Amino acid sequence: MPADVAVEIAGLNFRYGDRDVLKGINMTIPKGSIVAIMGQSGCGKTTLLRLIGGQLRAREGTLRVDGTNMHTIDDEDLYRLRRRMGMLFQFGALFTDLSVFDNVAFQMREHTDLPADMIRDLALLKLQAVGLRGVRDRMPAELSGGMARRAALARAIALDPSLMMYDEPFTGLDPISMGVIAKLIRDLNQALGTTSIIVTHDVQESLRLVDYVYFVAAGVIVAEGTPEQIRASTLPYVHQFVWGEMDGPVPFHYPAQPIGALIRGPALAQGGSIAAGSLHA
Amino acid sequence: MLKTTADGIRRTGQFALDIAEGIGAVAVFLGLTLRHSGTSFQRFSLTLREVFYSGVLSLVIILVSGMFVGMVLGLQGYETLQTYGSAESVGVLVALSLTRELGPVVSALLFASRAGSAITAEIGLMKATEQLSAMEMMAINPMARVVGPRFWGGVLSMPLLTALFIAMGIFGGYVIAVPVIGVDSGAFWSQMQGKVDVGHDVINGMVKSVVFGFAICAIATYQGYSAAPTAEGVSGATTRTVVSSSLAILALDLILTAFMLKG
Amino acid sequence: MNRSALNLWVGIFVIGGFAALLFLAFKVGNAGESSLRDTYSVTAHFDNIGGLKPSAPVKSAGVLVGRVSAIRYDTKKYDAVVTLRLAKAIPFSSDTTASVLTSGILGEQYVGVETGGDPEVLKEGGEITHTQGALVLEKLIGQFFLSKSQESAPPAK
Repeated sequence: MPADVAVEIAGLNFRYGDRDVLKGINMTIPKGSIVAIMGQSGCGKTTLLRLIGGQLRAREGTLRVDGTNMHTIDDEDLYRLRRRMGMLFQFGALFTDLSVFDNVAFQMREHTDLPADMIRDLALLKLQAVGLRGVRDRMPAELSGGMARRAALARAIALDPSLMMYDEPFTGLDPISMGVIAKLIRDLNQALGTTSIIVTHDVQESLRLVDYVYFVAAGVIVAEGTPEQIRASTLPYVHQFVWGEMDGPVPFHYPAQPIGALIRGPALAQGGSIAAGSLHA
Repeated sequence: MLKTTADGIRRTGQFALDIAEGIGAVAVFLGLTLRHSGTSFQRFSLTLREVFYSGVLSLVIILVSGMFVGMVLGLQGYETLQTYGSAESVGVLVALSLTRELGPVVSALLFASRAGSAITAEIGLMKATEQLSAMEMMAINPMARVVGPRFWGGVLSMPLLTALFIAMGIFGGYVIAVPVIGVDSGAFWSQMQGKVDVGHDVINGMVKSVVFGFAICAIATYQGYSAAPTAEGVSGATTRTVVSSSLAILALDLILTAFMLKG
Repeated sequence: MNRSALNLWVGIFVIGGFAALLFLAFKVGNAGESSLRDTYSVTAHFDNIGGLKPSAPVKSAGVLVGRVSAIRYDTKKYDAVVTLRLAKAIPFSSDTTASVLTSGILGEQYVGVETGGDPEVLKEGGEITHTQGALVLEKLIGQFFLSKSQESAPPAK
């Protein structure tokens, strides 16, 4: 495996019980790149992220992070590897019993023997980078969603990780916060050469941001390419996803028996205008 | 008739299996907790913090309940004993009931519903909001950093709370017997001292309390850690903590009492 | 809640808990029998100890002077051997009498000791030879009827 590859995945299968979640995933993520994994909710994106972070383990296929085989890694090596990883969780996952400042300083206090005043300076620098130095003494419950996500980002980059993973970083944010997070991801990538993996279903924001995109649907990679290739893609699934169309390979209707068989009331049966069918016609 | 009987037997069997499985799961989790307990003692301030949340915050309910239980014992005991003309023995009755049984058991039940449920809710909520996952991703083991200190904080608090409960109960019994009813104060204390043996009564009561503390904290941390990461999951786990802890306390009390009376 | 306030509360809690334990041991329990901390053990043989139990009080003139530490059966003499722990501060003479007594009519049983006139005193491992076992109700009643019947019976001549 070449030295400039951060994550290498080949023929990876994963199941929960007897349900196949991921089937035959192949992926190569070069160091220093920003890669997006896109797909609908529940397609297995987050599972993939957890496999890379070592929180879940697969048995079939290869999964190497920084050259380490994640299937056979022992706890000690896993924890050593994770010190070089950072993860931004969907809702921030800030420690609710600690202030924003203590959240950011948490890893430094746990993993380093740095003196208290140096930790203070470092944590303030990280907070400065996400623009939240002014709220350092607040508790996480007193932050807005966007601020919590930024504080969590400051915490995730506290030890300058070489691999950052973002789980739905844009979901539920207003456009301004979204722009701020996107800019921070890009800056981090450029300033520190951090490899970034973004799991998202927010198409437009990520296509502006990333170098390469993988599309996952029902546990398999259905498409991949640079943002330009994806925008220009004629694959029906990708087209539907990128342009947010209602019907396509992913049907609007969840499989069910025909509606006529269920509706017996005279008003709707005679062409009521609010019937779901009319939306679709 | 035969069918309902068979059903009943089947349900009993299922219930017994569930209990056995639950005990097994808690025991495995307890083993894991003990293995990751190093942090709780190397960084004792983490554990002290949990002593505050488990112990200090349970003080009010423990002290007030102890007082009430002692007063009731004083009233009831006097009522019965005076018909035999030995009202001065009310101190003995209050002290023995509290040190041997009521102190450890009632304070453990209160502790399970006050502190045990709080431990479960807190750990469950940390799981539901991915705080435990986040910690794992920061290369910090939540068993050592979150579960261990909460477990040991509770285990250390329990016997102290029990001692306070018993002391408060005896004081409550004294208040009823001596100033209110008019039992002689000297007889109250001297009879108590004559009959309450430190080894047999006080220490055995404390041993019970320590065992209950381990059981409650193991159940509470296990339920929180294995809760489904949703609001319903956490509330269900909290309820289960109180129910299973209470059952565990009463069952263990029976076993311990049998051994102590025999020994 | 800041760190120092939290530590203060925990400190108060721990001190309070230990104070409660000491209260239970010394004020409620029998660990406060200060005169009994320094003791010596002597044995006494009784033909019958009735309901005497280990840790029962040993009293002299109604004052607590010791406790029963062990009771066993002597397989040679076919009687009971009771080990008494007596306060070192009280020198009992070697011809002290020990008897199993009952406090009240239905009360608990204890060992009463009365010192004799011998200038020699009991030592660790010594034995009290003058003993009086417990009175057994059935025997008392039997004796009572026996004496009554002897009184009322015509002189045997």
